[in-house]
Order: sequence, then structure tokens, then C-alpha cells
Amino acid sequence: MSATLTRPFDQPDAPADLDLRGHGQPLVDKTFRWILFLCLFVGIAFLAVLLAYVVIKGWPRLDSRLWTNMPSIRRPEQAGAESAITGTLWVIAFTALFSLPIGFLSAVYLEEYAKPTSRFARFVEINIQNLAAVPSIVYGILGLAIFARALALGQTVITAGLTLALLVLPVVIVATREALRAVPQNIRHGSLALGATLWQTTWRQTMPAAIPGMATGTILALSRAIGEAAPLLLLGAVTFISFNPTGPFSAYTTLPIQIYNWTKESREEFQVLAAATIVLLLVILLAMNAVAILIRNRTQKRW
Amino acid sequence: MMSGTMSEIHDPNAPQSTSDLANTGRMDVSAVLDEGRGVVVPESVGEVVFNLDDVHVFYGDFEAVRDVTMQIGRNEITAFIGPSGCGKSTLLRSFNRMNDLIPGARVEGLLAYHGFDIYAPDVDPIEVRRRIGMVFQKPNVFPKSIYENVAYGPKVNGMKVNMDDLVEECLTRAALWDEVKDDLKKSAYALSGGQQQRLVIARCIAVKPEVILMDEPCASLDPIATAKIEDLMKELAADYTIVIVTHNMQQAARVSDRTAFFTADVDAQGVRHGRLVEYGPTRSIFTAPNDPRTEDYISGRFG
Repeated sequence: MSATLTRPFDQPDAPADLDLRGHGQPLVDKTFRWILFLCLFVGIAFLAVLLAYVVIKGWPRLDSRLWTNMPSIRRPEQAGAESAITGTLWVIAFTALFSLPIGFLSAVYLEEYAKPTSRFARFVEINIQNLAAVPSIVYGILGLAIFARALALGQTVITAGLTLALLVLPVVIVATREALRAVPQNIRHGSLALGATLWQTTWRQTMPAAIPGMATGTILALSRAIGEAAPLLLLGAVTFISFNPTGPFSAYTTLPIQIYNWTKESREEFQVLAAATIVLLLVILLAMNAVAILIRNRTQKRW
Repeated sequence: MMSGTMSEIHDPNAPQSTSDLANTGRMDVSAVLDEGRGVVVPESVGEVVFNLDDVHVFYGDFEAVRDVTMQIGRNEITAFIGPSGCGKSTLLRSFNRMNDLIPGARVEGLLAYHGFDIYAPDVDPIEVRRRIGMVFQKPNVFPKSIYENVAYGPKVNGMKVNMDDLVEECLTRAALWDEVKDDLKKSAYALSGGQQQRLVIARCIAVKPEVILMDEPCASLDPIATAKIEDLMKELAADYTIVIVTHNMQQAARVSDRTAFFTADVDAQGVRHGRLVEYGPTRSIFTAPNDPRTEDYISGRFG
């Protein structure tokens, strides 16, 4: 070991017993580092295996037929997911339409208007967290009972949009609150000190400053909604749909539902088609997440 | 919400009382007194803008400031000095009701502006803040362009003015116009700290207030930027009434007409309550203080 300790300057007055080699436990450190890395590797490895599997399996069908053809039972070689893609767009548009205004304004109330000491605000806050923990299938039952049956909206785009809006509402509220909270208090104080009202301060300073954070949270919430199958299964989206939705009261299917339908088929062609559709869905979701990360990175460290 | 009060106690940027005092001996301050405002103010305040009678400020049950009686004169610069935690910022924030933003904060006693109790039930704090502007310790420019920072106050107050002229006028008064006239559309964050603080002052005078409250406006600035702000304060005093909280006694001696020295009493429970010890023309406070505590503080024997 002495070879690792060198003393290029000979200083006779220096203390003789100076030992700078430390007394750490390099073996423990190294082992722990490897355990941490392995844990991390498990998640990444499974994602890689999943991606590789679906890409290889779906490769023969990853062409324009996938998004220009309608589903077909009789001719799998001609079948595509066009109606599922347009259905997903319709449903997600309505999800955004319902969940974003309500979510944004709820968050603004809780962050900007409610007194932090208010019992009501704290009660609401806890229940929003509870809502976020409710399984998505339960939202499906709720949507079926209220929107489809009680409000007689049936198995339509608007029912799906409303149900998924309820599902992602807590996520939107929590993300928006985080974004608002990240706006420095002194921006609000600066505005109020100029004689601005709370409404002016919120609308002209706090909200614009929070938009990047709100956008990030919103995209992540909507990407969750896009991937949801369970509540839509309950809402009766399993029916065979070979046409694009024409409006809010149209029947529909979505990508996760289409994947589910195809995986139930025994013929190999449909398995391949399902894999190709999974790739398409994953690409959409990863692209949305990438946009969210991009927005976040671009606007970091503004104050 | 608590940032204002907490910063006064914990702010690492604020000059440490002891080190600041170490180079602020009596002789030194007397020297800068002569380069100060020059005019010797009379013993009593002439035209009264703020009239405080037995003012107490509470945060919940905690009495942060007790028993302040003083008058603040029109077109004078009044400095509040004293050790950290003596309630000077707290008192300053109660002048334009910024303390309202801290849950549980309340003011007892009479705090009158031109004879009107600004804590009377019918008083709108927004109206108070429009007349009594505020400059904060950290330059809190809005995440907008330089132009929009200045135009914001007049806009939210519905002032019918030629905005371009007003922006130029205010930036000129704040001694910033020549440095930014070609970059008005640039983000205010592109400016240096000292420029940002002058922008905040320009923003403040854009709503045509009568009073400017300054809460340690130079605490985060270097000596050159500090000197610019001090020159600016002296110029602005021709048209505005200025109240400044500062940890820097030389600054108080250089710029102010009157100085109020605060300190904190520690009661039987170990709780600190801010208290006004002595108030008078700056020259008398620094050259012939009546109270031994003032004498100790300004000569560096404090603590």
C-alpha cells in the first residue's frame, strides 16, 4: 500500500504520522453502488425487452396500412387501426376540454384564493389526493352509471371523454398546483404592491409564469388517459367499429381497446397487428412525454 | 407568504450586524453624514404623511412590533435601522398593507395616512398600495419584457396615458433609460441585479404613488449598484416620500433625513418584540443619540 502514498516534497518539519489514505470501506461502497445500479437496470431492461418484442413481432405490419385502413375481421392482412386512431383523438380532445378548465381553475382556487389555514381547503386537498388513488375501473363504473345510463349519453365519445376527464382531473389539479407553487411569491407581491387586484395578479402574472409547468403536467395527464383501457371497456367500447367518429355522440373505439380486441383473436395475423398497434401507441405516448420534458427543460431556472 | 418576515431573521445575504458594525464606527458615519442630503431637517416633522399612534403588529399571538408612535414627513427620506428581527420590515409592510398577505397578521393602534386610518374597515388595500408603492429586498422583476414591467402597473390601474411616453419617463427617472432604451423588448431577466432594482423602482413610480417604501433595496447589490440606487433615492425625494429599511448604517447616514432606531426586547418567555427606541433627524441620531442603546448600536458596541 505504501506505493500509493508519495511525498514529492521533502519537508522535514512536517508531521511524520500524516496518513491521508482514509479509512473508508471501498468494498461496501462498491457493492452498494452495484446494487443500486441493478435495481435501476430492472426497470430499464424490462422496457427494452418489451419494446424489442413488440417491434420485432409487429414489424411486418408497421406500414401505412396501420393508419389508413379500418379494422377487419375477415381480412386481417388488410386490417388497420384508423378508426382507433381517430377515436383516440376524439376522446382525448373531449377529455382535455372537460378536465383542463376545471382542473386549472380548481388549482388556482386552492393555491391563490383559499387561505392555507382554511379547513375546507385542506379537506378538498385530501380528497383530491384520494381521488388520484381510485382505480380507473371504478371511474368506468361511475361513467357507465352516470353519463351512459342516468344522463342517457350512451356509449359515445362524450361519455368516454367525461369519464376520462374525471380520471385525470386529480392529476391535472395536482400538477397545476405544483406549477403555481413554483412561481416565486415575490412576483405576486410585486404585482399586488402596484395596486393590482388578486384577479389581475393571478391572471396576468402567476398563471402566465406557471404555464410551462401546467403544460408539462397536462401532457402527462392526457398521455395517461390515452393509454387507459379499463374504464372504456366498462363503458362498452369493445364493439367492433370500422368507421371514424363523426361527432361527440358517435360510437368510437380507441387504440388500447383495439389492441385488446385483436389480442383476443386466435389468428396469428391479428397478434402481429396488435403488436404493431402497441408500437404505434407507445410512439405516441413517448412523443408526448418527450414534449413534456422538452417544455420543462426549456423553461427551467427562469428565476 | 412568510418570506418577508423570515428573510429579515435568516437572510444569509444581509450584512451581519457585527461585521457590518465593525467598520462603521462613530467617526466613519459622521464623515459620510457630510456627503449626505445636506439639508438639516428641523427637529419635528413638517407636513405629516404617516401618523403612527401606539401601533402594534401581530402575527397570530406573536407581537412582532409593539408600541410605535412616530410621524413620517412628506418628501423626506426616513430610514429604519436596527438589528435583525427588530420588526422594522414588519412595520414597513404594514404601511401599505402588504402584511395582509400573511395569514394571521394584524395591526392594532392607529396607522394613519394623511390623517386617514388605513386599517379602517372600508379601506381597500389595493387603493392603499397604489398610492404607497414598495421596492423589495430582492429585485422582483416580472418574467416579462422591460417595457411590460413598467407598463404593467398603469395597465392594471386603468391609467389612461401614452404608455410609450410614460415608460420612457419612468425609466429616465430611475436612471435606467440610457442603458435599456434599445432593449425595451428584452426580458427583464437579462438585466443585472442593480439594473433590475432600478427597473423595479421605475415600475413603482409608473403608477404615480406618493410614497415609496423600500425594504433593504440594496441588500443583494454590490457597492457600485448600491451607490446608484442611493443617488436615485436622493433625486426621487424631491417628488416622493421615501421610507427605507436598511441594515447598513452608513447608508442610513448617507441618504436619510430622519432615522428611526429599532431594537428587540426579549420578554420573560424569551420572545423578541420589536420596539422603536429613538427617532429624530439623522444627524442627531448619529452624532448625539439620547438613548444609550442607540449609542451602542451606532458605535458598534451592540450585541
